[in-house]
Amino acid sequence: MKKFIITILLSLSVVVFYFFRPTSTSFHQSDYSEIADRSIELCKTCPPGFQLNEFNECISKNLYLQYKSLENKGVGGLKTALPKVRDGFSPQQIDLGRYLFFDPVLSGDHTVSCASCHDPELGFSDGRPTSIGIQNNSVSRSSPSLWNVAYLNKLFWDGRASNLEEQMEGPLYANNEMGTTKEKLLLTINSIENYKLLFSQAFPNRQASDSITLHEIYTSIAAFECSLISLNSRYDQYAHGYHKALNAKEIEGLNVFRSFVARCSECHTPPLFTNQQIAVIGTPEPSGLPFDAGAEIPFDDKSRRGGFKVPSLRNIERTSPYMHSGGFKTLRETVAFYTEGRGHAVPENEALILHWHIWEPELSDYELDRLVDFLKTLTDETFKPKIPSELPSGIILTHNASQTL
Amino acid sequence: MAKTKATSVLRKILTIIIALIIGVFAGYKIFSPKAKEAPLPNSNALYRSTAKTNDSASVSNDYTEFKGEIIVVKDGESIVEAVKKASPGDLIRVYPGVYSETVYIDKDNISFQGIIQEGEWPILDGKKQLNDAFLYSGNGIQIENFKIINYKGNGIMGQAGNNFVIRNNWVIDTGVYGIFPQYGTNGLIEHNILTGIEDAAIYVGMCDNIDVKHNKVYGNVAGIEIENSRHALVENNYAYNNTGGILAFVTPGLPIKTTYDVIIRNNFIIENNHENFGAPGSIVAGIPPGTGILIMAADDVIIENNIISGNNNAGIIITDFENGGAKASNDPESEPNPDRITILDNFMIDNGNAPVGELKALMLTQLSSKGPDILAIGGGAGSTIRDKNRYRTFGLGSYGEAIKDNTREVFTLMLDKPVEPKDISEKELGELTYYGICAGCHAFDIRLIGIPTNVIQMIYKDNPQGIIDYINNPKNLRDDYPEMPPQNYLSDEAKMAVAKYILTL
Repeated sequence: MKKFIITILLSLSVVVFYFFRPTSTSFHQSDYSEIADRSIELCKTCPPGFQLNEFNECISKNLYLQYKSLENKGVGGLKTALPKVRDGFSPQQIDLGRYLFFDPVLSGDHTVSCASCHDPELGFSDGRPTSIGIQNNSVSRSSPSLWNVAYLNKLFWDGRASNLEEQMEGPLYANNEMGTTKEKLLLTINSIENYKLLFSQAFPNRQASDSITLHEIYTSIAAFECSLISLNSRYDQYAHGYHKALNAKEIEGLNVFRSFVARCSECHTPPLFTNQQIAVIGTPEPSGLPFDAGAEIPFDDKSRRGGFKVPSLRNIERTSPYMHSGGFKTLRETVAFYTEGRGHAVPENEALILHWHIWEPELSDYELDRLVDFLKTLTDETFKPKIPSELPSGIILTHNASQTL
Repeated sequence: MAKTKATSVLRKILTIIIALIIGVFAGYKIFSPKAKEAPLPNSNALYRSTAKTNDSASVSNDYTEFKGEIIVVKDGESIVEAVKKASPGDLIRVYPGVYSETVYIDKDNISFQGIIQEGEWPILDGKKQLNDAFLYSGNGIQIENFKIINYKGNGIMGQAGNNFVIRNNWVIDTGVYGIFPQYGTNGLIEHNILTGIEDAAIYVGMCDNIDVKHNKVYGNVAGIEIENSRHALVENNYAYNNTGGILAFVTPGLPIKTTYDVIIRNNFIIENNHENFGAPGSIVAGIPPGTGILIMAADDVIIENNIISGNNNAGIIITDFENGGAKASNDPESEPNPDRITILDNFMIDNGNAPVGELKALMLTQLSSKGPDILAIGGGAGSTIRDKNRYRTFGLGSYGEAIKDNTREVFTLMLDKPVEPKDISEKELGELTYYGICAGCHAFDIRLIGIPTNVIQMIYKDNPQGIIDYINNPKNLRDDYPEMPPQNYLSDEAKMAVAKYILTL
């Protein structure tokens, strides 16, 4: 009897599939390659984590929207709302942004894409202590992960940008990163027929004859970056009330993490695991690198010397090495930094105003191990986007930083 | 012969004594009142009906009946295990004994009641090895009647729990803070005794609508600190022999940037002259010993009817961030000045007998070796004082005459009803779950990793329970699809909501 039902269900589903079989044009994040020579169509559905509304906008949806937060700041405890999200981009803008993100045509010599340093296979970072730009130029800081960047109001390690558009002008036009210019970028993108078609889909209100603007390029890339959501880790299952999601050691780690001895959660505050502030904690630079003044420079404020943005810890397991210049290879080394003495790594000639939470917690080896156990429960890459197998520019995709490692 | 007579007399006496003992014992048993169980804690302390009383010390409320389970914990047992068994609404009763645990509570509406028997308390002892005694994230947490000693971090710490009551706890040397609610709205901290804390004994950090009443704090670096919080009433507390008695601060660099609407009234703030033993680098390490009240960068603070005496540096210091002595990086988003401070009637004597540091130097420029009752230094605007002439003041030149003369109309700064959870309909919960989780593998009419949602609709038409059974324990029915991981971690409500939502998409 059971077998009979299963057989019926199976055949039913086969029939249903025939009617609803996937077609390349409506497939979510359709691969451009399949349709390169035919009609070009961007994805019409939102990525996971978003609901399409009647205005063709993708609106963020997740279980944290069940909760409130104090003063709507998105910081607190387990069942606390997230900070304000940046959403409302169209599915087409998000999909176009995906192509742009992976396309090295954006860089001065067409060798480096955004994904070169923000590789989805490496937690949207690059696995290096400090990044490498065009022509093997070295960059002074490490590449920050882009997971959940839609919730951030400070960007760059020194917090100098307050939105993604402002931020992306940094790497695009820095000589040692993507090394292009505004003029060159516009000229390049406007000379590629495929991009003209794609931009007219993503920005339907424009005249077909209008040339592509910087604003449209930035919006598309921002749209894609804001679609990178990671909120379904085992920690999240625990937070929403399923206490079996973490084992006893991981719960011990959570309790060390939020204790007022370790004080991790005072700055890496749930649910985003950052309070989005600048903190001076005095981490060491890897050998050979000069002291980095951090937030002192953009804010022109000596009291913030050596200050950096508190990074989110979501998917932290995937983004070694750690800190602004990759000084620590492992999570274990990183958590141990905080218990090795207030200011122990500050150069002798520096008088930094260290953050008050940097103190002498005297954590045991056992506690440090449990902290690492807990940090690994923050991993969730279920919404990882698909990498295009072919690009509108026709460049063969070799985005992967790990290939050149 | 004489011997047997003596023996029989002895026997008679013994019999009488034994009979007497039995009689007394039986009489005691029969006539003495039965030992009553401790009464249930007052679970309604949160909701004060100010209409019923003018006395802010009394709690008046409409009693709601206790309907939960009572879970008993006795010496040798574990409070943590009791929390694991508890459901929202339950009461955990802890009997006298020593418990060395970190009690973490990630559930809502759990109450803890220490049972004190003839002066014997349930003791949470961290033995200077454990970090925190109570650590809660749930709403509606109530903790009373515990003696908490020798922890390294906090006695009681809350992270985002609303509607809390912390009272009648005796907190000794629990590390950095004694009682520290953070990111909470609507809480009551009353009738606690705290000492030996190296930062603030009672630290209200980034909270809204908190009453701190009837507590005794002594021998700490800071007695009571209201930091980056709004709507706080600090009343009827006794703060003595701390480095600083009562503080209202804005600390820069925190995600919530303001402190305003704080009333400090009817407190005894006496001889807060303890040497500062704060950890190097901590914000309170900069508090000069001998400080009664310290207002730094907070706005709309009213100081009324306190007895402030014997504080050797100054009775009240009102300062901006720059002059506050705290060492921290600047924060452009944090307004550094104390604005609209109001000082009403206060009984201030014998303050400033031995000013220290910068204040000492400042007073010497005035040819005085004594510190003032009230010092205002640095920026700030709109502050006022009632009957300024009665105090010895310094730096209050810009202070106008106070407009109001009392705060009698304010009985509490807590909310008049508990903070409710966000109102989410079943449809919305279904929507959040579907797009927030299911959409990772399922789209409506196309194949992603899992089958299209419209196929699920056909299979489970009018049968949401069928979907729930499947996601709890998926069985791979199709060779052409990978097996679905169980989604049993979702709450029962979320499962039903998403099952119904899928069927109505």
